[in-house]
Amino acid sequence: MTPRPFFQRLSDGLKEFYVAPYRRTFARARRDEDDLFMLLVFAESLGVPNPAAWYTLELMPELYERFHDWHQRMGMEHSPLDHIGCC
Amino acid sequence: MSSILLMIVGLAAMSLGYLFYSKFIAEKIYRLDPNYKTPAHTLRDGVDYVPTNKFVLWGHHFTSVAGAAPIVGPAIAVIWGWVPAFMWVVLGTIFFAGIHDFGALWASARNRGQSVGMLSGRLIGSRGRSLFLVVIFLVLLMVNGAFAAVISNLLVSTPTSVIPVWGAIIVALVIGQLIYRYNVKLLWPSVGGVIVLYLLILLGSAYPITLPDTVLGLSAKSFWILLLFAYAAIASLLPVWVLLQPRDYINGLQLFVGLGLLYLAVLFGAPELVAPAYNTDLPADSPSIVPLLFVTIACGAISGFHGLVASGTTSKQLDKETDARFVGYFGAVGEGMLSLAAIICCTAGFATLLDWQQVYTAFGQGGVNAFVQGGGTLLANGLGLPADLGATILAVMAILFAGTTMDTGLRLQRFVIQEAGELAGMKVNTVVGTLIAVGVCMALAFGAGSEGSGGMAIWPLFGTTNQLLAGLTLAIITVLLIKQGRPAMYTLVPLVFLLAMSIYALLVQMGQFYRAENWLLLGMDVVILIAALWVTLEAIIAMRKGRDPAAEMTTDEPLP
Repeated sequence: MTPRPFFQRLSDGLKEFYVAPYRRTFARARRDEDDLFMLLVFAESLGVPNPAAWYTLELMPELYERFHDWHQRMGMEHSPLDHIGCC
Repeated sequence: MSSILLMIVGLAAMSLGYLFYSKFIAEKIYRLDPNYKTPAHTLRDGVDYVPTNKFVLWGHHFTSVAGAAPIVGPAIAVIWGWVPAFMWVVLGTIFFAGIHDFGALWASARNRGQSVGMLSGRLIGSRGRSLFLVVIFLVLLMVNGAFAAVISNLLVSTPTSVIPVWGAIIVALVIGQLIYRYNVKLLWPSVGGVIVLYLLILLGSAYPITLPDTVLGLSAKSFWILLLFAYAAIASLLPVWVLLQPRDYINGLQLFVGLGLLYLAVLFGAPELVAPAYNTDLPADSPSIVPLLFVTIACGAISGFHGLVASGTTSKQLDKETDARFVGYFGAVGEGMLSLAAIICCTAGFATLLDWQQVYTAFGQGGVNAFVQGGGTLLANGLGLPADLGATILAVMAILFAGTTMDTGLRLQRFVIQEAGELAGMKVNTVVGTLIAVGVCMALAFGAGSEGSGGMAIWPLFGTTNQLLAGLTLAIITVLLIKQGRPAMYTLVPLVFLLAMSIYALLVQMGQFYRAENWLLLGMDVVILIAALWVTLEAIIAMRKGRDPAAEMTTDEPLP
């Protein structure tokens, strides 16, 4: 590995110094937003009418992997949807 | 005596503590294992759990724990003379703070990076969680109340700091926008930010701003307190990238610059200590040195707040378990160095003993103002800065620290109120939570008497709550050690000492507040006393359970 130029390393170090203390805060905020998005996508399946259901249907397969974590975070121990048997 | 000698003795003692005592603790008591897989690796998620280079991690840990408190405490405590303050800071750092911070880091890293709050819930039982919430609420309340008083005192006594202090907020806002919206690399905004901050300090020195004696029917100090809380409430509600993040960052840089300047000034100026070694000529009404010294200097000798940072965030980023010694123990040494600098400023920064006595006219007088004045003189003599410029630099440094602590503290307090609301089955929204937090803190700041030394009357109470939190953490470490059948003396002795001094101090202060007919502080004192007895009781109950052979397996075995 060639040593990186001094300014590059200094700049990276400063960036870490800037970002790290708040990494968790941002990740939380992002997760909250993703959770809301998840609710929108699965709204129709959960019995909430969603005018954009036609479009969100397409996104469902993309979100399956995260579904299990999501319903547990939302306080439901088991999958609320019959057709998703994640647990 | 020369302050250089004091500085060298202090630094040497703390280095020896790091080299030998922490090595002994690391090998024989905490038994760090270089092959242990830390939570940063086993639970790695790129968010909370990130293995981090130990020097970078130390930088974060140190800047998160260092604030205005390690300056204010020693600045008040030198009224008893420099020897007691010096001894407590140095010995406290070596035998108390180092072990405490290092231990919190170790205990958390051995328990999946759980925080002190979670650990107390697990080791003490369900009451542990509520106890922790109560203690943390009290600490935050005291921090916000005391710091508001500190800042308003400084803004009045050092009017040259008004422009740079409020200007720094604008600097932070601009940096936040540059980084977040325009994705600028950090190097130039940092350099530019620090330069602008120092230009603002020059500007402030040229144009001091003094408020009239009464503003809107309030005294100048009260008005600043009101303004500060309004600011802190808004800052704590804004998205963190807008203000808090760039502010923390600039303050971190400021800390290293300021600490460097002070030590250089002492080295070049070699001032003599003018304050007495033991002050035999104490002002009337000064409280007795035992136990008050041990709660007046909390941060700098031992502080529970460090345990929160160590177990809350630092432990999750520990690359190797053996790094805990450097990050935890040396983090405490860094804070001790800050306090040492504060002691030197407040005892060597005056021309004669008489000058010093004129500043320290009563307990709680002098304090951080003495640090600013004394430090200003040191910077003038050592580095040739104009004295008022040096004083402005230090006042800005102290205020910015206290300010960031306040807005972060208010934010945390809102979370605590929301969590307590949830426990009680109520939903408290963000604005209401913030208003409640501001309300109670402001009531304390005003109720404590925003005038003169009254504002600082709550300082020892803040120290006491901070020591209680440290006691809770030490109790957890001790319980863990006892469960594993290891020698617990090295944490048990500091624990007993801390709790005894805290309770003793609370009783002494109870008498003072009663005589002064300050019912608000008397009430606070009683609440804190109950919390202190509660911590003591829970610690005894948990320790009596004794050795637990199962614990040796669970906590020492690498996680699957």
